[in-house]
Amino acid sequence: MKKGNVTFVFEEPPVILEGAGIAGPKEGEGPLGKCFDQVWEDPMLGKKTWEEAESELQKKAVEAVLKKAGVTCGEIDCFFAGDLLGQIVASSFGLAAFHRPVFGLYGACSTMGESLILSAMCVDGGFAQKVMAVTSSHFASAERQFRFPLEYGNQRPLSATWTVTGSGAFIVAKPSGAHSDKMGKRWGRCPRITMATPGRIVDMGVRDSMNMGACMAPAACDTIEAHFRDTGTGPEDYDAVITGDLGYVGQDILTELMRKKGYAIDKVHMDCGIEIFDRESQDTHSGGSGCGCSAVVLASVILPRLMDGTWRKVLFVPTGALLSPISFNEGKSVPGIAHGVVIEAAK
Amino acid sequence: MDAKKYNAYVEQITPKHSCRLNTLKAFACGGLICVIGQALTNFFVYMGMTMTMASAYTILCLVAASVILTGFNLVVPIVKVAGAGYLVPITGFANSVAACAIEYKQEGYVFGVGSKIFNIAGPVILYGIVTSGFFGALYFILLEIRAI
Repeated sequence: MKKGNVTFVFEEPPVILEGAGIAGPKEGEGPLGKCFDQVWEDPMLGKKTWEEAESELQKKAVEAVLKKAGVTCGEIDCFFAGDLLGQIVASSFGLAAFHRPVFGLYGACSTMGESLILSAMCVDGGFAQKVMAVTSSHFASAERQFRFPLEYGNQRPLSATWTVTGSGAFIVAKPSGAHSDKMGKRWGRCPRITMATPGRIVDMGVRDSMNMGACMAPAACDTIEAHFRDTGTGPEDYDAVITGDLGYVGQDILTELMRKKGYAIDKVHMDCGIEIFDRESQDTHSGGSGCGCSAVVLASVILPRLMDGTWRKVLFVPTGALLSPISFNEGKSVPGIAHGVVIEAAK
Repeated sequence: MDAKKYNAYVEQITPKHSCRLNTLKAFACGGLICVIGQALTNFFVYMGMTMTMASAYTILCLVAASVILTGFNLVVPIVKVAGAGYLVPITGFANSVAACAIEYKQEGYVFGVGSKIFNIAGPVILYGIVTSGFFGALYFILLEIRAI
């Protein structure tokens, strides 16, 4: 059901049955290292290329979440998946072996939000019982896709972010129906997706692809403001407003932009890119980024806090910078997009 | 906030590397590389080479050293400190070619290494050749004029 200008309210809020986050070695050494389901010491995951390694991350995340939830692959009605590589090949090769329908998505680093919203719509619309939302990113494959070879020496600006090597997978399921008996007690604890505010493309003319926080902050502001306006809520109604990968620079900008709109979000704001690395000891500059960033933080921090009662209601807003190496070379600006998802603890 | 104001605000709020400090570091590190180069040249001359030969061997040594450092992924931490001090001498050029060779090897020797080895160094090579051709011609014309 639509509410206000751009917000969807789910009539029978789908539950996030289970989530799993798989991370690489640098993420494992970071402040959230102990929270991930798996940390791989080998960034190649035993594969020959970085792209294969990223596909393997997705595969491991899907296998992990299926195992945790006690669900078989055949029960997943479809996947909503995406990554950062050209033609989203990490998802293509990562999910091929599961032999289930796949919708490939690209929303840059906001793909986790996009896939969760579409999953929830698919389930609440009555088309599916269980679907899976999965995204991934890999530092090395993203560097190759968007920037320079790994061994090339160049100085990273202080506003640059570090692409997270990781993948998160989530089973979104109907909160009732034939399959519910089998799931037993888990019902009582599963967080629910109650509302969604899909993002608009916001272009403020920023051309610096090494300052993605500045490219995405206006989009995050646009989505959060639209959500507050449509639902008649404010920052005080949420235990946390969690952006994807704005980093330190983007966080400062977002706080300022929201303040100008009349919302003080600094007390409840959290950014997955800031949480995942320690910028002093890990030399990551503005923070983490990539569609694996918000995905692994959702699986490893946000969902557990919603399940243990630390939080009741959060607004999860993965953010994406919409550029390609070609659009950048052709002098185009870097527009941003941010998709808002309201996740609430079980009643 | 319109785009112009926003970009000005972003410019003001975004932290930047200190230009003075970076320049100083680049000067020191670049200078060090030049000192190493000069020492090599002196050594080769001392061993009995002509100056032209000694220069060529110096370049070879620096390029080889940079390629080996690239192979061990040591250039990235060096450049983090040295910046243009490492990139401007021939060492930076060698790194940009070797890094591409390593990166694109997985895509095969024709469409990977073959097509993409000069991804970063390409512009330097193209415009270097064009510029030397232009100034070579200019030099030739000036010599002819003087001869007349």
